[in-house]
Amino acid sequence: MLITIKYFGQIAEVTQKEEEQLEVSKGSVSGLLNTLNTKYSDLKNKDFQIAQNQELVDLDTELTGAEIALLPPFAGG
Amino acid sequence: MKDKKPMKSVFKAGAITSEFIGNSIYKHQTKTSIGAHNIFLGQVRADDIKGKTVSAIEYTAYEDMANQKFHEVRESAFEKFDLTCMHIYHSLGTVKAGEICLFVFVSSPRRKVVFEALEFIVEAIKADVPVFGKEIFEDESHQWKLNS
Repeated sequence: MLITIKYFGQIAEVTQKEEEQLEVSKGSVSGLLNTLNTKYSDLKNKDFQIAQNQELVDLDTELTGAEIALLPPFAGG
Repeated sequence: MKDKKPMKSVFKAGAITSEFIGNSIYKHQTKTSIGAHNIFLGQVRADDIKGKTVSAIEYTAYEDMANQKFHEVRESAFEKFDLTCMHIYHSLGTVKAGEICLFVFVSSPRRKVVFEALEFIVEAIKADVPVFGKEIFEDESHQWKLNS
C-alpha cells in the first residue's frame, strides 16, 4: 500500500525532505522503520516518535495505510 | 456560559505582540462573571550554549496533529476545572530572543482554579503537542531545542 510519510525538524534534515510517498508491504510500524533506516542511515542516531493518523503509536502497531509522521522531541512553548 | 468554540488554529505567524495580549485582556471586560484571569507567556531565551548565544527560535509543527492536541488539552482543561474561557496561541516561524512565543490565557469566577488550570495546560502543551524549535545562533548555525 502507498503511505504518505512526513518528516519534521531534525528528522527532515536527515531525510532532506519533508514528505514522501512510499509503497510499503502490510505489517507493523517496525517493518516500515527498518525500510526507512536502510534508506536513511543517519536515522538510527536520532531520537523520534512515530505517529499514525496523528496519534503516537509503538513499533508493534499495524500499519493501516494512514499518514505516518516521524516526530523529533517536542519543543513547544 | 462556557466559551467552547469549534476547533480553530492556535498558531500565529511570528511573535505574539504585547498589543495582541493587551487586546485579549480588554475583550474580556464584557464577561462580568469572571473574577480572575491568569496568563502564561513563554519568551524566547537567549541561551548561552558552548560560547554561542541563541538569537531566535524558528518554530515548525505537525500542524494537523498539533491543532488536534491543543483541542484535547483544551477539552480536558474544561472538564477538570471550572473555567469561563481559555485561549491558547503559539508562534510558528521565527521568534527573536525576548519575544513571546506562547500565550495561554484562562479565566474563571474564582482565583484558585486559574492557578491550577494554567499549570496543567502549559505542562500538557509542552508534553503532548508536536511543535519543533530550531535554535538559531548569532553566527547563523543552529541546534534543535529540547523541552526540559
